[in-house]
Amino acid sequence: MKTVFQKPKALTDAPLHYCPGCTHGIIHRLVAEAIDALGIEGNTVGVAPVGCAVMAYDYFSCDMVEAAHGRAPAVATGLKRAMPENIIFTYQGDGDLASIGMAETVHAATRNENITVIFVNNAIYGMTGGQMAPTSLPGQVTQTSPYGRDVKHCGYPVKVCEMLAQLEGPEYLARVAVNNVKNVLSAKKAIQKAFENQIAGKGFSLVEVISACPTNWGMTPQKALEWIDEKMIPYYPLGVYKDRSKEAGV
Amino acid sequence: MADKVLMKGNEALAEAAIQAGCRHYFGYPITPQTEVAAYMAKRMPKIGGCFLQAESEIAAINMVYGVASAGKRVMTSSSSPGISLKEEGISYLAGADLPAFIVNVQRGGPGLGGIQPSQSDYFQSTRGGGHGDYHIIVLAPSSVQEMADLTVKGFDLADEYRMPAMVLADGTMGQMMEPVTMGSYQPKTVEKPWAVTGTRMQRPHNIVNSLYLNPEELERTNFERYARYAVIEQKEAMYEAFLMDDADICVTAFGIASRVSRNAVLAARAEGIKVGMLRPITLWPFPKAPFAEAADRVSAFISVELSMGQMIEDVELATRCKRPVYLCNRTGGMIPSPEQVLAKIKEIAGGLK
Repeated sequence: MKTVFQKPKALTDAPLHYCPGCTHGIIHRLVAEAIDALGIEGNTVGVAPVGCAVMAYDYFSCDMVEAAHGRAPAVATGLKRAMPENIIFTYQGDGDLASIGMAETVHAATRNENITVIFVNNAIYGMTGGQMAPTSLPGQVTQTSPYGRDVKHCGYPVKVCEMLAQLEGPEYLARVAVNNVKNVLSAKKAIQKAFENQIAGKGFSLVEVISACPTNWGMTPQKALEWIDEKMIPYYPLGVYKDRSKEAGV
Repeated sequence: MADKVLMKGNEALAEAAIQAGCRHYFGYPITPQTEVAAYMAKRMPKIGGCFLQAESEIAAINMVYGVASAGKRVMTSSSSPGISLKEEGISYLAGADLPAFIVNVQRGGPGLGGIQPSQSDYFQSTRGGGHGDYHIIVLAPSSVQEMADLTVKGFDLADEYRMPAMVLADGTMGQMMEPVTMGSYQPKTVEKPWAVTGTRMQRPHNIVNSLYLNPEELERTNFERYARYAVIEQKEAMYEAFLMDDADICVTAFGIASRVSRNAVLAARAEGIKVGMLRPITLWPFPKAPFAEAADRVSAFISVELSMGQMIEDVELATRCKRPVYLCNRTGGMIPSPEQVLAKIKEIAGGLK
């Protein structure tokens, strides 16, 4: 019998704990597919965040480290400086990367630390039950913005790719989504490129993945995917925000 | 460099770390320990090592966590307010059973405090410092030579017991210059099969982690860790006994306070007062045995500290309050003078007569 579909080797057999309709599973798969495609599993160390993906260390087959909340880029910096020949990636959510870990994110980027950062932006704190995230949209209703995010009271969402693109340091910054087949295919390419950049020694490569949280958004999985098109992508336009190899005309 | 050289405490410590095999240093500037970072910044690039100035103390300790996860010797140094920031990371290091070497060149507190010498982080360091059930090994040098020797010892103990070790110094220890001998260290080599160096597709994946959602499992890891701590308390407690054989009064002090106290003890002896000194070299594990033993022989203890009295509680615990323990202290960056300590010894000796 011909195998037409199988689990990437870089994922373990552990059942994922994610909620129905959550797109973390797709993003895990894309990361694992990139690791498989590049043949780097035996040489890769991943860093898991605090948040919904906290148990990612059980899901990836490569060596894994669990970091304190927001500190994954600093832990990854230590790993990379200790083992420059290894491939180091972080997998972080919006609260982890863009709120409590903002300093670590910005400074790893400006140092052009040669690591790969997978940034899952679903505009909410999922693990703790749906609080306002640094990326929650204006007017978005969450447990801690029950009347909608009031930008006069708590400010505006953080646009991570746009902000980091102002820095000279980073090699590659791209925003993708995983709410339809076309977007998933683009996401797969961007994630693989972020790993290829590290192998080539190019430096800090971050892929922001717009992701769905039907549970905490209070939507059906289908409606959540549509909401990404209707609300998320207009605020967080997809595309490549920085690519130094392109700038250099390579 | 097996010859005697004149060095600052902070620089001797840095050089000893390199001789212990440390090739990764991460830190954030803070007085009074900047010489450690400056030394590392100069030396590391010349020997294939890595000095990196982190964006914060928090980032620095997490970079340490990364290198420690990879199984390599790594250190950071800071001073009191900076150590407070690192405590989150130190708790994670302890929870993940990672070896790491940390230096606290203490200054007066609380808050931003001052920049003069202090010993007021005794509680913080000997009780773990961050959240959760854990200890770190705490070493207290009282000379530039010990700044170097206890650094090598700290790296070895950290590797052997898979836990953070700290040199708890103070501004005086860091800044003062003394002759020091180095170059003959033989650092231990400890296998680290748990390190995340990549599976090479030869073994199941290693995971460095401190998360246990099952409380029974978390309890078990804490029990196991404390069983290891019991071995350390048994085997690794270090102290110096000075003129204790016939002593009626036991002065106790560590670090710079022990230097001052030694002079006061000698001065008191010259006046015919039978006084000696117990100097803890490890603050955790606290050398309980010599204190318990001394409590059967001496009439009183005097704890000399650069704090409002922190080690004094460990002395009371170790002696089960069998004898009175008096405090002789300055704080906020002030150092007790030998005269102050001598006066305290005379006061207590006078009361005994």
